[in-house]
Amino acid sequence: MQIIQPHYHAIARTAQDYERMAMSGVVAVCEPAFWAGFDRRHPETFIDYFAQISEFEPTRAAEFGIRHFCWVAVNPKEAENTELTQEVLRQMPEFLGKPNCLGVGETGLHKSTQNEIAALEAHVELAMKHDQLVLIHTPHLSDKAHGTKTVLEVLAGMDVNPDKIWIDHVEEQTIEWVLDAGYWAGMTLYPVTKCSPRRAVDILEKYSTERLLVNSSADWGPSDPFTLQECIVDFRKRGHSLQEAVEIFHNNPCRFLGQNPKWDIKPIQISES
Amino acid sequence: MLSPKQTLDTYYLEARRDLLEVAALLDRYDEAVNRAGGPADDESRLKVLREAMEVLAQGDHPQPNRTELLLEHFSKIN
Repeated sequence: MQIIQPHYHAIARTAQDYERMAMSGVVAVCEPAFWAGFDRRHPETFIDYFAQISEFEPTRAAEFGIRHFCWVAVNPKEAENTELTQEVLRQMPEFLGKPNCLGVGETGLHKSTQNEIAALEAHVELAMKHDQLVLIHTPHLSDKAHGTKTVLEVLAGMDVNPDKIWIDHVEEQTIEWVLDAGYWAGMTLYPVTKCSPRRAVDILEKYSTERLLVNSSADWGPSDPFTLQECIVDFRKRGHSLQEAVEIFHNNPCRFLGQNPKWDIKPIQISES
Repeated sequence: MLSPKQTLDTYYLEARRDLLEVAALLDRYDEAVNRAGGPADDESRLKVLREAMEVLAQGDHPQPNRTELLLEHFSKIN
């Protein structure tokens, strides 16, 4: 089965992960800009990072026949540094023009501070001005519900096209708010801290899957890129057809990401004969 | 050996995850009952799970032997 990893922090992972993903049917990964585990102090560090994910990382993925796309943003944890955020935002349009860059992300909220909210608004404004897709991070654990509500309130006060916005890391208590507001919703499957593969299948069975994306977890912390495959296996074990799996784990990312013409992977139909 | 705080720091999130999985299983079962229009012919495993949670919910255990109690409890099911 052909699989797309819509949210994958490749720079934190090994070539062996690429190799195993290729062996399991992954055809493309999308790498949002994220927190490095420490707060970067200089805009230039972000610029080098953006160059890494827009220029170098695609070559590493290509060695395994995997397409690599990216997103650029200042993540919410570093948005407290307003000067740095403004300078990086000023230089971001250059990277939005890169052949593999799909949009602005992951922006969003962590502790939902005023500086984070201001940075989120600035990122969304920039994206809308340049007709870009937006990937929005929602907080983890106890901050999840409040942070997600705040993201929705911020977006409700802006002139945005919900079709172009993907709100990520939804769980059972937040998914309905996101879908009801007309946005795309992403589930992120972690070994411990976020949604699990089985809970994701429960959600897929409960809600309309039209605007749902499913991500594995792939970063420098405890995470596992193969939670996505685990989810697919559980989905199939429950009796859902191969085409239904393809619709969710390949075609939905194509439908959302394909709003950017740089994404040239098309939805596929499995022959039943 | 871990201190009480270190024990919670180290294992709280894993326990949270495991409880969420149990909650999801119970929701999944209820959804299946709704779809099928009735419960499974034999709900004894569900009953045993609920009784196990009652054991865990008791605040006062004279000795730390909840795991042993649950293993004995689960042995009721083949």
